[in-house]
Amino acid sequence: MIALKTTLAGAVGTALIAACVLALAPGLNAADAPTGNPEAGKEIANDRKLGNCMACHVMPDIESPGNIGPPLIGMQARYPDKEKLRAQIWDATVANPDSSMPPFGKHGILTEQQLNDVLEYIWSL
Amino acid sequence: MNKIIMLTAALVMVLGLTWGGVALATPQADQAIWQSYYQKRFPNVPKEDFINGVYAIDPVSRESWEAIEEFPPYEMAISQGEKMWNTPFANGKTYRDCFPNGPAIAGKYPYWDKERGMVVTLPLAINECREANGEGPLKYKKGPIADILSYLRYQSRGQLTKVEIPEDDPKALEAYEKGKQFYFARRGQLNFSCANCHVQNPGNLLRSDILSPALGHTTHFPVYRSKWGEIGTLHRRFSGCNKQVRAKPFKVQGEEYRNLEYFLTYMQNGLPLNGPGARK
Ligand code: HEC
Ligand code: HEC
Repeated sequence: MIALKTTLAGAVGTALIAACVLALAPGLNAADAPTGNPEAGKEIANDRKLGNCMACHVMPDIESPGNIGPPLIGMQARYPDKEKLRAQIWDATVANPDSSMPPFGKHGILTEQQLNDVLEYIWSL
Repeated sequence: MNKIIMLTAALVMVLGLTWGGVALATPQADQAIWQSYYQKRFPNVPKEDFINGVYAIDPVSRESWEAIEEFPPYEMAISQGEKMWNTPFANGKTYRDCFPNGPAIAGKYPYWDKERGMVVTLPLAINECREANGEGPLKYKKGPIADILSYLRYQSRGQLTKVEIPEDDPKALEAYEKGKQFYFARRGQLNFSCANCHVQNPGNLLRSDILSPALGHTTHFPVYRSKWGEIGTLHRRFSGCNKQVRAKPFKVQGEEYRNLEYFLTYMQNGLPLNGPGARK
């Protein structure tokens, strides 16, 4: 348990450092952070080893999806603020501590680029 | 839906968070909340039917399961196990010398061994018997251990789950609390606790799998799983459920899983044993 916490703390620490390095990179700020590619995002979202979003969500073109989470449709209406949508995918336990959705960003399940791609795809639904 | 969320929250609060120490619930209280939670969530399922796992709540897959149970895929294992039970060890003794009340002894396990300060499970006791008689231990996940377990549990069918947490030994309660903590702790890259799937989401679909309620989770092991194509033990299942969330599985029959089994079996007290079982 302690070992696990330490490892996690280590992983989070590394992510923070990476984030700082990115933030310090010349000419790169939140406004022009690399945006995602929705087509790549669809593949990542539907890949069982990566997003595997259909394990829990009804989504386009997916046969026998799960129903643990709500269907992912009309996302722009539900999330006018794209950053909020990103935050949900990054770490769902911030909004709901009991969430059974995996923290895709925080735990490094997806890379930054993959997460941005997925975000762009989900945003388009 | 809202009711379910509230109930879940209550259960997680009462079972999950009180081990933090503030308002320590007794195991009896945990058990009552646990059993009534599932009964309220599935009001049309008779309590005893929870021993049938996902088939208690899914009439569609139940039909094909009932057909499978007519020619049980674990029958060979039972007769293999019976042979093991009756075959003397190299020293001339048999399992009966270790288990004079056998073979119908499964209802006695797991139990708290005060002298040794640990939870003793049936597979552990089997290997301890073997080693005391100069035989090598069996591997704990599948194979011969599953055979002899199949026989012993088959002979014990109908006994009631009756785990005791002796009040005169605080270490027994501690082992129970550790098992409970394990059940509610998130782990792995995917960050799931056992409770996320089997307390929060029974009846919901994880892709095409209906998640089973955890009421009844221990009664039918060892289990023939079509996915495995063979019989496996309870700790093999624990290990699989840990792996699927990308957590490192713990040692089968190590302290963590034995404590987990102690907690999880105590939650099922009163339910009849129906092993071995068959599942998808
Ligand atoms: C194992 C289950 C699970 C997986 C896998 C999962 N989610 Fe979720 N998701 C949930 C649950 C449960 C909710 C409901 C809110 C909560 O509890 O966090 C949710 C909520 C959401 C929401 C908010 C929806 C709304 O209406 O507010 C978004 C967006 C979302 N998920 C996106 C994703 C994406 C993208 C992926 C894959 C990269 C994904 N989810 C994978 C379980 C899951
Ligand atoms: C990500 C979801 C998930 C998590 C987390 C999870 N399980 Fe499971 N579990 C499943 C699925 C899917 C099955 C197979 C279908 C079923 O019976 O629910 C299963 C089956 C089981 C079974 C066999 C049920 C039967 O009737 O034979 C047991 C026992 C079990 N899980 C215990 C646990 C324990 C203990 C943990 C935590 C260490 C755990 N599970 C964590 C998804 C999960």
